[in-house]
Amino acid sequence: MKALSLALGLLLIGLAPVWAVEPSEILDDPILEARARDLSRELRCLVCQNQDIDSSNADLARDLRVLVRERLVAGDSDDQAKAFLVARYGDFVLFNPPMKPATYVLWFGPALMVLLGAGGIIAYLARRRRNPAIPAAPLSADERQRLERLLSDTDTPESHPQ
Amino acid sequence: MTTGRVIGRRLAYLVPLAVFGILAVYFAWGLNPDRDPRALPSVMIDQPVPEFALPPITGMDGPGLSAADLRTGEVTLVNFFASWCVPCRLEHRVLIELATQDKVRLFGINYKNKPEEARAWLAELGNPYARIGADMTGRVGIDWGVYGLPETFIIDRSGRIRYRRAGQIDRQTLNETIRPLIRELSQ
Repeated sequence: MKALSLALGLLLIGLAPVWAVEPSEILDDPILEARARDLSRELRCLVCQNQDIDSSNADLARDLRVLVRERLVAGDSDDQAKAFLVARYGDFVLFNPPMKPATYVLWFGPALMVLLGAGGIIAYLARRRRNPAIPAAPLSADERQRLERLLSDTDTPESHPQ
Repeated sequence: MTTGRVIGRRLAYLVPLAVFGILAVYFAWGLNPDRDPRALPSVMIDQPVPEFALPPITGMDGPGLSAADLRTGEVTLVNFFASWCVPCRLEHRVLIELATQDKVRLFGINYKNKPEEARAWLAELGNPYARIGADMTGRVGIDWGVYGLPETFIIDRSGRIRYRRAGQIDRQTLNETIRPLIRELSQ
């Protein structure tokens, strides 16, 4: 029973939402704060590179969270706030890479792979239809005789002809 | 069987070789020990330095540092440092060498550092910086796209950022990249 409640307790800790936003950072305006939270989840922490700034405890992530909130309070749109950071840290700061010539491979690469694969399969099937497998040649007289002997006479060893 | 199909079948034998070739190139790139997968290209390259004006470190003589100081027609090294940054300590000798031997103009930006600690650090290791600005909030660092310490920028005569080094300046980078670039920009 004790072990069960411990396990449940640990599970609850694991399920608790994880974020790094400190109370002092939270804006008074709940709508702006919600926008800031959403934006922060789309922005990459440059220090711990696979975490968003919303959940990262890195110093720089905290600075960027505060900065995003400042931009929103100053009247920036979400896109303007993002552009502000992209101007300093590049597209890498965005988790959703923008569509532009440098990222075409990223956006269209997978579809291209599927098309190539599908093309290969279609070409293969079409070739097989055009050149069906060559039908097996009929048995020669010798072969037929041998086959009959094998099937009819099970006692005679097949090996050496007498 | 037609000749076309024979050639096609022969070419099929080359597929494993082609796959091997592609993998070899990929691994050569991916496993290269000189490649740092965490390194980020700077978007500030060829941009004018961002506008800023920083006071000196509290309790130290000398001027602070502002963007105007980087537009005076001289090639300048700008180094972000702090006493809490271990690679900065390792890099410091190289910076002193650049400032004294190479006579490069070197400015420092002291990033999120307690003034008394920064002062003690410079007193211990020597102060190669002609000017130091104190960036207590890290805001100027963000404007420069700094994401870790140390970071070093080379500014050309017109006040544009031409190079950024994220991380410690080692001998190889110093001799193969930084010195040649400073020479080139100074001409």
